[in-house]
Amino acid sequence: MFLVIQNMPGNPVETLAAEISRTENLEMELAIAKAKSILNYDPDIPIMQRLLNYLAGVLRGNLGESMAYHKPVVDLVLGALPWTLLVLTVSLTLSFSVGVIAGIFIAWKRKRWLNALLNVWQSIFGSIPDYIVAYLLIFIFAVRLGWLPARGPYSAEVTPGFNAAFIGSVVRHAILPVMAYFLTTVANWTIGMRANAIGVLGEDYVAYATARGLPQKRILIHYVGRNSILPMITSLAISFGFMFGGSPLIENLFIYPGVGYYLNKAIARRDYPLMQGMYFIMIVVVVLSGLLAERLYVVLNPRLRER
Amino acid sequence: MSGRKNDRLAGVRAFFAVIWRNPMSRVGFLILLVFLLMAVFGPMLIPELKSDYANRLQPPSREHWLGTDLAGKDTFLQLVLGSRNVLLVAAYAGLFAVLIAAVVGIVSGLQGGVVDQVLMLFTNVVLTMPSFPVTMILSMVIRITDPLVFGLVLSLWSWAGLAKAIRSQVLSLKHREFIEASRLLGISKLNIIRYDILPNLVSYIAVNFISIMKGAITSSVGLMILGLVPFQGNHWGVMIQVALSQTGALMGSASMVYFLAPVVCLMLFQLGCYFFANGLDEALNPRLRA
Repeated sequence: MFLVIQNMPGNPVETLAAEISRTENLEMELAIAKAKSILNYDPDIPIMQRLLNYLAGVLRGNLGESMAYHKPVVDLVLGALPWTLLVLTVSLTLSFSVGVIAGIFIAWKRKRWLNALLNVWQSIFGSIPDYIVAYLLIFIFAVRLGWLPARGPYSAEVTPGFNAAFIGSVVRHAILPVMAYFLTTVANWTIGMRANAIGVLGEDYVAYATARGLPQKRILIHYVGRNSILPMITSLAISFGFMFGGSPLIENLFIYPGVGYYLNKAIARRDYPLMQGMYFIMIVVVVLSGLLAERLYVVLNPRLRER
Repeated sequence: MSGRKNDRLAGVRAFFAVIWRNPMSRVGFLILLVFLLMAVFGPMLIPELKSDYANRLQPPSREHWLGTDLAGKDTFLQLVLGSRNVLLVAAYAGLFAVLIAAVVGIVSGLQGGVVDQVLMLFTNVVLTMPSFPVTMILSMVIRITDPLVFGLVLSLWSWAGLAKAIRSQVLSLKHREFIEASRLLGISKLNIIRYDILPNLVSYIAVNFISIMKGAITSSVGLMILGLVPFQGNHWGVMIQVALSQTGALMGSASMVYFLAPVVCLMLFQLGCYFFANGLDEALNPRLRA
């Protein structure tokens, strides 16, 4: 909670500073800004006052009104968040679990070619930025092969709601963005997990478990897996924040109406309330994910459990 | 004095020998060297490119090694010309980020107390906010006209992790015997930093310089693709952006080469950075040496 409180105020100041220099630069904007002062937005009052006003608004669930969309920012934020969360959580879960399993497997097998394969994979996908991977995916799967849709969250024909056609369409549209994240991040998890698992495999308790004649599967999952997964949990939150930060590019590419997409639109249209709102939700989500990772760490680590 | 100079020379030679011995860093070193030479000498040898609308979007040929763009400019020559700005932006970003991180980390670690708390609070705030969106906003506020400013903007949000790491290194160094000894001898703080602390951090900083550079290239190209940086001049990001927005490279038209060429270069450069940083880690970190 400490971090939450400390990080929130920094953000509106940041964006407000952005606004100020903008309005000073452009005379045209000033006139428009005057008109928008009704929208709880007045450049004349001191910055701290505005910050307080904004925070008071936040507490009441009011983030102002978008200048470009003429809708309350809260509605836009709540509309965008699920899409980003959907893609990010699915791809993070996927790459984390695949990476963890592959990491243990590679550490256990100690096969030369597996290590080589992992290194090659990491070299390639670690050096292409994820948005370039996304471009190439669109080119291959959407343009050339025409297997998957490249833009939007779902197709225009289906009606949003709890029906099979809609869900199917959403899944099909999410495949490529998820792939773009997955391909670029999975090797990081694998390498981290391999390093941890190799360390744990050398521990005495693993040797003892083997000596006791426990089945291999049990040793790998309960002894090696649980112990080597722990250090990875803390990087989950960092990785989530990083992916969130990359979302403007990926979502812009897939015209996927998530937080990053709207942030980008807001910047392009100088829509300050929307910018603040999207930024605000980004920070809240990143901080919350940090707290969640901490909780998860405690749950998974028996040493931290209360007796 | 000359003795120290010789020492340094020997040190540099030993350093390159270690880099050369490791196959990974050797490859990385060679890749980076090629790009460096390209960036330094390329623009000197190539005249200003002229638009030639009769020959637009040509496929690769003997005359134009990688074809031409939508204005009939040679793609290969543009790549060479662009490399200078790519490297400059990345190097400035790395330099500024390392500077900020070193100052914050060392001061915070050595000083402790309130200074440390304030600096770390600030660092944590920076660390919590995703860097790319902040850079998006910064690039809108600050008018980016040349590589120096661009590098500065990119560095403003990429130093925090390194600063924290340097701080913890300083904290662990602070109470070692040799630093205690220097302090007892009455050596000034600046000299302690210069002769006792910095040499111990150099390897760490060098590796991070490369990885920050790598990140800076990724986000600089990203910003350009989003069209947020009105950067005039040759840069691979500009090429990618033009290819995507104006020639429909994604639809598989003739401009695919024009799109892929900078992408491949970008990849190679990043690969070089990655290999070099890995090798550098081994070269400079005695603990990792076999």
